Amino acid sequence: MRVAIVGIGIHKFGRTPDRSGLQQGVYATRRALEDAGLRWRDMQFGYGGSYSSGNADALANELGLTGMPFTNVLNGCATGGSALLGACREIQSGAAEIGIVVGFDKHDRGAFNASPAEYGLRPWYGEAGMMVTTQFFAMKLRRYMHEHGVSADALAFVAEKAYQNGALNPHAWRRTPMSREQIRSSQMVNDPLTKYMFCSPAEGAAALVLCCESKARSFTSKPVFVSAAVMRTRLTGGFEVYAPAISADAAPNATELASRAAYDAAGVGPGDIDIASVQDTEAGAEIMHMAENGFCAHGEQEKLLCEGATRISGRLPINTDGGCLANGEPIGASGLRQIYECVLQLRGTAGSRQVPREISTAYTHVYGAPGISAVTILQR
Amino acid sequence: MVGSMTEPAVGRAIDPVLFDWPATRPALRGARCRDCGALGFPASASCRRCGSEAVAPEELPRRGRLWTWTVQHLMPKEPYRSSETAATFVPYGVGYVELLEGLCIESRLTESDPGKLCIGAEMELVIHPQWVEPDGTAVMSFAFKPV
Repeated sequence: MRVAIVGIGIHKFGRTPDRSGLQQGVYATRRALEDAGLRWRDMQFGYGGSYSSGNADALANELGLTGMPFTNVLNGCATGGSALLGACREIQSGAAEIGIVVGFDKHDRGAFNASPAEYGLRPWYGEAGMMVTTQFFAMKLRRYMHEHGVSADALAFVAEKAYQNGALNPHAWRRTPMSREQIRSSQMVNDPLTKYMFCSPAEGAAALVLCCESKARSFTSKPVFVSAAVMRTRLTGGFEVYAPAISADAAPNATELASRAAYDAAGVGPGDIDIASVQDTEAGAEIMHMAENGFCAHGEQEKLLCEGATRISGRLPINTDGGCLANGEPIGASGLRQIYECVLQLRGTAGSRQVPREISTAYTHVYGAPGISAVTILQR
Repeated sequence: MVGSMTEPAVGRAIDPVLFDWPATRPALRGARCRDCGALGFPASASCRRCGSEAVAPEELPRRGRLWTWTVQHLMPKEPYRSSETAATFVPYGVGYVELLEGLCIESRLTESDPGKLCIGAEMELVIHPQWVEPDGTAVMSFAFKPV
């Protein structure tokens, strides 16, 4: 049985000094409930989480203490995907018919500074200056460019597209288009990646109301169905975040494992995907993730970029809402932001950034420390 | 960073699991699984591939080839430790060095000039001071330098 998304809500991404992360989660939840024409007390269960802003269960302090089961999820970049997965299982098992999924966060400025102990590493790894996620993305990209011939121009192209899309998105953080030259000449952070090729830790929230397929049309005329929601972790030796040692002849990574499982679950292939949101922690990540998610062969990305295939008007638009580059990265919220965007696009209500053709299948992908990935496939 | 990157000083290892210090010919220490044969770094109580507890320490080669690299241009937040301030911070190189077929170790690099770092370049292990304790003890970590 498929699970339907019948309500979606979002809180503006970026910086909102007068609202806590949790309050942004409350806001997104209220909007999702309104969208479905339902009330908080109609929710039979909830799943949600944040990385830095506390337990999602505390939403009930503002929305009402109804006694419903609420599961807090703490799963890094896969927090939203894992919450969605739990909620789908809840409905598919027949335990409940209607529930809420929410993700929110509010991070300090500057790069994340995770604790080695939280990842089963000893303190030296952080003390010596290796517990830095941006280094991982830069090193993975450097090797990828060496093996597959991606150029530095391609990085600026991806970032330029992100800010162009962000300019069309009222809830995005960075809404000013930037030239490739501005992007290339901004401060070097981790060679070959400059400041505007990276997303920044930020704030935001997104929420979904889910229900069983048979009830979907009583809440919306345009339900979107979850054809796959999967989450995977890393294999030994994979080139993943926070890995003191890796194998040069790497096994499939967490993204590749999640992607394959999602296609299997949905019974579709990469050629069936009409639009995609992929993790763009930095511009090179979007390029590498295009191939890891099956949309092209390794090294073929630059040709697609030059053709404009990944623009809103292209044949496979990617990160139509500006992605993490234009929205920033609130860890608990990003995965659900991608789903929010894909539901809008599938409903045909994405306004000035609506893709200009009929679409029926969307794909979302997140990747993060310490080598975890969540993928969803959504269909009209 | 204090002192020279290449002249070993007395002091203590940042973590005794990583390498013996002081030592005349220091080497990184991994662990070999007796059940599946996998070699891991750093040494740990069990095998990362198969979970077996039958692991034995194994010294890793002192030389290898640079597999990938970047330069850290901004001073990391805690838990990073050094004797620098934001004003005196010097960008440092980081990379993976392939020591054996299939085994790449993440390490700081003594070189941070992008023009002098090249995938495939031969690299050699050095032990260098990461920070100095208030009592003057140098805390030594590992790095790789171009040969």
